[in-house]
Amino acid sequence: MKSKIKRSMLSKILPGLVSLEKRGLAGWLIIFGAILVGIIVAMNLISPWIAPYNPSAINVGQPLLPPNSQFRFGTNDLGQDVLSRVLSGGGIMLQVSILSVIVCLVVGVPLGLSSSYAGGVIDRVFCLIMDSIYAFPGLVLAIAIAAMLGRGVTNMALSIAVVYIPSYFRVIRSQVLSIKEMPYVEAANAAGSRSRTVLLRYILPNVVPSIVIVATVNFADAILTAAGLTFIGLGVSVDIPDWGWDLTNGQRLLPSGAWWVIAYPGLMIILLALGFTLIGEGLSELLNPRLEQ
Amino acid sequence: MDPMAQSLITVDALSVEYWTRKGKIRAVEDVSFALEKAETLGVVGESGSGKSTLGLSLIGLGPFPGRIVKGKITLKGKEILKLRKEDMRNLRGKEICYVFQDPMTSLNPVKKIGPHFVELIRTHDPKVTEEEALKRAKKLLKDVGIQPERINDYPHQLSGGMRQRVMIALAITLNPSIVVADEPTTALDVIVQAKILDLLNVLRDAYGMALILITHDLSIVLERSDEILVMYAGHVVEHSSSKDIYSNPQHPYTKGLLKSIPNIELAEQKLEAIAGSPPDLLNLPRGCRFWPRCYYVMERCRQEAPPLMNTGAEHFTRCFLYKEGKKL
Repeated sequence: MKSKIKRSMLSKILPGLVSLEKRGLAGWLIIFGAILVGIIVAMNLISPWIAPYNPSAINVGQPLLPPNSQFRFGTNDLGQDVLSRVLSGGGIMLQVSILSVIVCLVVGVPLGLSSSYAGGVIDRVFCLIMDSIYAFPGLVLAIAIAAMLGRGVTNMALSIAVVYIPSYFRVIRSQVLSIKEMPYVEAANAAGSRSRTVLLRYILPNVVPSIVIVATVNFADAILTAAGLTFIGLGVSVDIPDWGWDLTNGQRLLPSGAWWVIAYPGLMIILLALGFTLIGEGLSELLNPRLEQ
Repeated sequence: MDPMAQSLITVDALSVEYWTRKGKIRAVEDVSFALEKAETLGVVGESGSGKSTLGLSLIGLGPFPGRIVKGKITLKGKEILKLRKEDMRNLRGKEICYVFQDPMTSLNPVKKIGPHFVELIRTHDPKVTEEEALKRAKKLLKDVGIQPERINDYPHQLSGGMRQRVMIALAITLNPSIVVADEPTTALDVIVQAKILDLLNVLRDAYGMALILITHDLSIVLERSDEILVMYAGHVVEHSSSKDIYSNPQHPYTKGLLKSIPNIELAEQKLEAIAGSPPDLLNLPRGCRFWPRCYYVMERCRQEAPPLMNTGAEHFTRCFLYKEGKKL
């Protein structure tokens, strides 16, 4: 049974992957973005085996050595190997962003669907709440919530999720508003379908493309916000290698000329966010052809 | 009335209102008709004459913010406007089915044809297995003239005519008593249009259901329906058998509609159009609703509204040119 489902899912996904190449620029954007993200994720997963040193161990070399043959990316002020830290420092960020996107999906999607389908007062109230969150500067709000909740992956993810739920809500709501007026929804009602069926079988599948786009864009934003939170010291504890923390540490050392401490982790954050943005851009071009016109 | 002689569906003095910012609109006013098994009722009218609102009101789906303010709809002796929400939902799709105007968008684009049937069948009878439902779907598709293999196609893989056939197959899936077809052929070309309409009639006889054919095209319903209801600005202006409407049209509006149908047998024919456009329902003319466009307008028409009068055997007209029972 399980293998059957797996096979049928694969058979649905694989032809889609092949056809990506035929979709021109949008397809290549997705492929390139996916490769970028894939490499970074894989790199973090296998980092314990490929990192030349323990990324958390201090004084593996002299402090602040510039890149050389022994320490390819140099060392930081604690004598830690920058290359090892770059290889393994994305784990927290990825966990935070994945968790926050999941929270956003779990909360934002049902909320947007039901609120706009129900309409009326309920819809107004939710809109008001969401709009007031949306009106707040995202990073400031995330900082405030993270500071309130305290450190930790879950807390970071939650604070980021709160900031991004309104964008899911708004996108889904506007989509549902137009889809629920479509003749096939009316036809489903006229055929006696239950509201639940109409919502889950008729409206949700037609909203999924937009959800996917928002989610990938949200990934990129979540990574940057997570970096920002760690940067100001609201991340996880210092002994876990993290690019965000390396930024904090590196910017202190930059005036002394030690550019390598901040440059490499910064580059990694940019590449990871870029990967997700490329996927998002490509998907939105593929799935929402109307936007091109 | 003798309960045995009860009609399949009786609509009695149905009025539907819309509340808009600018005021109250009576989209359907005082419409009554009865329909028997295996009969076709044609509802003819221009856009905004209330014919679609009438159709949707039959299944309790009058478009928001419409509300049925008066009237009674009796289906097989049950008054359906008094049904609970859940019972009403069960009635839709099972007793009264709807075929919509636009086949291109009336099927869920992310679902294959088969699952449309499966869902419909299982909504009303959860005991039916998926295989059984698919088997029934294949038979239904064959009935409407589509190869059963197309069950695995997505809606976008079918042409407009095929999609409308699928819609019709869906409508007859649960063997309903009544099928309401709301301009089922407006989006299709003439040849497909004729085929679809013939199909509807064939199915009507095969399944013994009543058909309500809503259209703006009088020529379509003239030859295919038993009775015709001509609507104008929410009113029924003429109601009779289609033969009678054709041979003895009484209301000036019906006459105008008939004159605007091209006739292939006349060598030279000047098609006449009814001058003007339908009135704004918010700002109706005083008196008869049709007088500003009427050819035979009299002083009386501007002052008072004519009632729907019995002007012949089973013939009802809303016009002062006629008097109860005979022509003036």
